[in-house]
Amino acid sequence: MSTETVTGLVAVVLVTLATLLIGTWGLRFSRTTSDFFVASRSVRPALNASAISGEYLSAASFLGVAGLVLTFGADMLWYPIGWTAGYLLLLVLVAAPLRRSGAYTLPDFAEARLGSRRVRATCSVMVVAIGWLYLLPQFHGAGLTIRAAIGAPTWVGPVIVGAVVLANVTSGGMRSITFVQAFQYWLKLTALLLPLVVLLIVWVGDGTPGSRMPVDDSWSVPLASGGSEGLYLTYSLIIATFLGTMGLPHVVVRFYTNPDGRAARRTTLVVLVLLGIFYVLPPVYGALGRIYAGELAASGRSDVLVLELPRLMVPGIGGELLAGLVTAGAFAAFLSTSSGLTIAVAGVISQDVTGKAFGNRRLTGITAFRVAAVIAVAVPLAIALAVPSIGVARAVGLAFAVAASTFCPLLLLGIWWRGLTDVGAFTGMLAGGLGSGAGVMWTLLEGSATGWPAVLLEQPAAWSVPLAFAVMIGVSRATASRVPVHTRRFMVRLHTPEALDLDRG
Amino acid sequence: MTEGPRPERVRVTGPPRRHTPRRRTGDIDDETRLGSVYLGSLLREQLRLAARTILVLVVTVGSLPLAFRVFPGLSEVTVLGIPLAWLLLGGLVYPFLVLLGWRYVRRAERNERDFADLLGEIER
Repeated sequence: MSTETVTGLVAVVLVTLATLLIGTWGLRFSRTTSDFFVASRSVRPALNASAISGEYLSAASFLGVAGLVLTFGADMLWYPIGWTAGYLLLLVLVAAPLRRSGAYTLPDFAEARLGSRRVRATCSVMVVAIGWLYLLPQFHGAGLTIRAAIGAPTWVGPVIVGAVVLANVTSGGMRSITFVQAFQYWLKLTALLLPLVVLLIVWVGDGTPGSRMPVDDSWSVPLASGGSEGLYLTYSLIIATFLGTMGLPHVVVRFYTNPDGRAARRTTLVVLVLLGIFYVLPPVYGALGRIYAGELAASGRSDVLVLELPRLMVPGIGGELLAGLVTAGAFAAFLSTSSGLTIAVAGVISQDVTGKAFGNRRLTGITAFRVAAVIAVAVPLAIALAVPSIGVARAVGLAFAVAASTFCPLLLLGIWWRGLTDVGAFTGMLAGGLGSGAGVMWTLLEGSATGWPAVLLEQPAAWSVPLAFAVMIGVSRATASRVPVHTRRFMVRLHTPEALDLDRG
Repeated sequence: MTEGPRPERVRVTGPPRRHTPRRRTGDIDDETRLGSVYLGSLLREQLRLAARTILVLVVTVGSLPLAFRVFPGLSEVTVLGIPLAWLLLGGLVYPFLVLLGWRYVRRAERNERDFADLLGEIER
């Protein structure tokens, strides 16, 4: 066994052990079904923000961004910007009202707001679809990392991640996961920051090669090539990421663990700070990779740039240790995001499928949740093992587009517009879901169109989001008689501070 | 002394001196028109604040792709050896987002305090 394999193996084992240990420690606090689902709504802003950030920074952020910047240059800086700015929109439009709605999942919110089983069912299907679409690249990334770290076959990574996530989620639920994910944010930040400091010192020691880059180089200039199609792709990406964050099931579930609406806002603000600190780092890896590891982009292996760069720049044992640290961070990224997604998807499946009575038998709350968690992990794991990867950041980008085209209009109109009806919400989500879903299918099946049709399908958000809004508003207006009678009371609940003694329905 | 029907006892009371306070929250609970006005004002205020924040975001960060396309000269500008595009998109944009968020949280909480004060006042 080479030293390369040993450091990688040690890193993965340590992260796995730490995750399981913290999860077990959290188990001591986790006793009721409410602990399982929402950590009994008692998580303070600082801890909750670390947990949200830890959960949110996925394989796409940890590995994908640096790889994209290495390959495509400055345009790709919009990915991390969009993933951060999404929280600003979530903060100003959704955070406090969503917490005050008192619902746990997006389907719960839809049902409470519109009083319709059909809209609820539609939301449940969308949560599961988006969750699985998002889990897929996490498993692919895990396979990639394990292969780069210890040379194991690509199926090993997804299976390990799936098993650890299941062990953690089924034992402690949301309560223990909160501690695990808060820990993993700081682990990921350290794992990216520390090696980067060393690499920058090495770069300065080398006499800062590449710092006088010719400015006409299209790599360092945004939108240097691509013409109006490039501009469309950039703006479509901005719309998908800015508006998609609020519709991601694992992000939304986290907001119910805040004590009240005010805490939900403050939590989101801390998340903005934590994400901003983190996202400065991956593009620097991309820029250094441009100087030291250009061949990775040429050979189409740019996703492993962050893992390989320390070894390429620092020879000997020092480089091995740094590589081990980065591997640990990457592994933490898969574990935390997959756990969050699994909780969100399992929450919905357990409420709408496994928690229902079959004949005379009915599973208890926690058992139903555990069975649902197994389903939530097994299906995307099987898909990940069956289909080839389409690029980590790109697959995650599609999940954002679907969320922006379905849940974003539902949340915004549901929270701020009294005129929304169940029929309007249903048709709007259907239109947005089908539109963005066409883009997803086209990309997953590697369609072969060229020119504008291909561009429109590759990044559907710029047309599918307005379409969903237009249909939702138009149909709601046409069915205005169906506006739920409790709408006003619900608005009181969403927007008034909890301290006021009001009838919230 | 003439025997007649005894006059009925009458309890003599003055006008109530103490006013039972009526809180404005009652207006919202009873869905009166006044309550509707109170709630509408809070909603409008918060939505206007959100819209202003988003407008600032769109005008500043959102206009960058267009700016770099319309003025290609911008990409030749460097600050301290770092291309302007990288400095803006890779660094400065994040503190700016935090600043926008911080400002929003302060004002949103102030709106809610004002609303609570308004409802807390006692009708006379």
